[in-house]
Amino acid sequence: MNKTVLYTVLLIVAAIAPFLFPAYGTQLATLWLMIIVALTWDLTGGQMGYNSLGNIFFYGTGMYVAAIVTISLVYNVADYTDAAGGGTFKFTWAQYFAGMALGSLAAGLFCAVCAVIIGFITFGLRGPYFAIGTLGVAIAAGELVSNWDWVGGGQGIALPVYPGDLDQGKIVFYFLFAGLGIGIFLFLKWLYGTRFGLAMNAIRDDEDKAEGMGLHTLRYKLTAWAMAAFFVGIAGAISAFQLIHFEPLETAYQTINLGIFMVVCVLLGGKGTLWGPVVGAIVFHVFKEVTWNYFLGWQWVALGALIVITVVYFQEGLMGWLMRMRPEWFGLTVDESGKVEAAE
Amino acid sequence: MDQVFGNIGMLFEFPVVNVKIILDGLMIGALFALAAYGLALVWGVMNVKNLAQGDFVMAGGYIAWWLTGKGLPPLLGVPIAFVMLWGIGWIIYKLVISRVIGRDLFTSLLATFGVAIMMAQILNLLFGSDTQSVKLEYETLYFFDGFVDVPIAKLIGVIMAAGLAAGVIYFMKTSRMGQAIRATAQNPRAARVMGIDTDKVYGFTFSLNAAICGAAGAIIVMVWLIQPFYGITYSIRSFVIVTAAGLGNLPGVIAAGLGIGMLEQYGAHVFGIGYQQAIAVLLLLLVLMVRLAQQRRVRQVLK
Repeated sequence: MNKTVLYTVLLIVAAIAPFLFPAYGTQLATLWLMIIVALTWDLTGGQMGYNSLGNIFFYGTGMYVAAIVTISLVYNVADYTDAAGGGTFKFTWAQYFAGMALGSLAAGLFCAVCAVIIGFITFGLRGPYFAIGTLGVAIAAGELVSNWDWVGGGQGIALPVYPGDLDQGKIVFYFLFAGLGIGIFLFLKWLYGTRFGLAMNAIRDDEDKAEGMGLHTLRYKLTAWAMAAFFVGIAGAISAFQLIHFEPLETAYQTINLGIFMVVCVLLGGKGTLWGPVVGAIVFHVFKEVTWNYFLGWQWVALGALIVITVVYFQEGLMGWLMRMRPEWFGLTVDESGKVEAAE
Repeated sequence: MDQVFGNIGMLFEFPVVNVKIILDGLMIGALFALAAYGLALVWGVMNVKNLAQGDFVMAGGYIAWWLTGKGLPPLLGVPIAFVMLWGIGWIIYKLVISRVIGRDLFTSLLATFGVAIMMAQILNLLFGSDTQSVKLEYETLYFFDGFVDVPIAKLIGVIMAAGLAAGVIYFMKTSRMGQAIRATAQNPRAARVMGIDTDKVYGFTFSLNAAICGAAGAIIVMVWLIQPFYGITYSIRSFVIVTAAGLGNLPGVIAAGLGIGMLEQYGAHVFGIGYQQAIAVLLLLLVLMVRLAQQRRVRQVLK
């Protein structure tokens, strides 16, 4: 009963937020983006124990795939990128939304396929090698794309502007992100309760034993990462339309921005919990915006310090801390020896 | 694509070009090897993977560059950067690293990544985001009718790098502290039982690593370019070298460093200078894949 009330209130808040704070429409959409990438990072990082530093690869690839699909529906991509935002390339309503729908879907599917291929190579790497390997994939992709003139090289691509009223566009993008975020949350909530979720946790706890018990670990790892990549790819595609113009190194494959933020969000909120990434993303985003406004110039130093402090001193995260302090809120009981066990 | 084949063809048509590329690669590879040796030291002794390695290099470079701007002779920047980075390394060890030793490896990776972001940004705020270098007033030697140019400044840089490496190796082999470091790397628990203050050894090792990187950076600013955000590429190169060579394999680290330097120069020649960073990173993936294939073979034997 309590839970139903809580969820309803949160949904209503999410639905009316852009109308209550119209000046922060884009900010709130970005907040949903952070929640999306944090949730999907936790799918492999928190639940499966494979800490990827390269999930940003799917974000950037999603952007590019969506842009290429949208443009190629109407024009020749090489001509379009040659004009670099100039020229007379017009998109009608139908072309714009068809491009967005098809582009997002293509981005998600393409990223999922990429995840399977990259995962096939990198999932043999355990622990920190996996993190460094995936970081390498993301950095290499950014560098290669910035040398690829067909997609605009280092200049990036300018997509068409939202064909209606711009304020309306902000709200549309907010609800696209919010819908995707809520969808992912519900999907993960269901997934973590299934046998698949248990298998992922088994891989996190002891991969060799999981394999010994007959789990085909590589198949589980690839499927989990492909799911994360699918959602991040779609989020990247929506971002591409929201940002209008993007370029490879700072926007699409922004390894040290969003690529590391998503990990910090999860650690701050609590790794391996369903709500942790959401809470962490909200806290982190607020912290980030406050430092951006009040410590201009030093914001990056403050963020670096937040990363270090979170990782070194507060790794259980907010949800982990709450679970330790108030286990009864989570339906957990503490027995006398101090062990935490799930109650019936 | 035609351009790539043209560039490859040029290598065969004018063999002298190879000499130039190899020399350039060896000279820059010597500096990569220096930073990689520091990483191997920290990795081997305290099992911490330091992603801030490249930012130590950049910090050393900026210290030397700043001092040269103040009128000091550029070569003096190398020992000063060594000392200053020693101090910075010690502070970072006390604040961050000492608390991640013994934790799981992703923790140290992420914590040092945070340190790397902070250092790059502080350098950016202090010195701006332009690329910088120090010009040394020395002649350039020419060989093969002027096809191959070797600036004496670069030669001095390589000699200083070699001298620093030799000094560190001699120190590790002969001094009491060097013995303690090697003992701790072999078995920290036994070292503690034998009366070695391992915490002190860890602090010393990390400071030494930062100091080596700082000196390497002070040399790099004389022979190449520095920029606050180039650090991550140096970190990745160090990882490539250490992963390829293996821990505790000093000749391997030097060989791998020189090899990576050469491969990068060849790659930059064939594909164009814009691909230099990408090549460094792709080499990492290549090395990881080769390691993986080797491990697979081991696993098959176990079946």
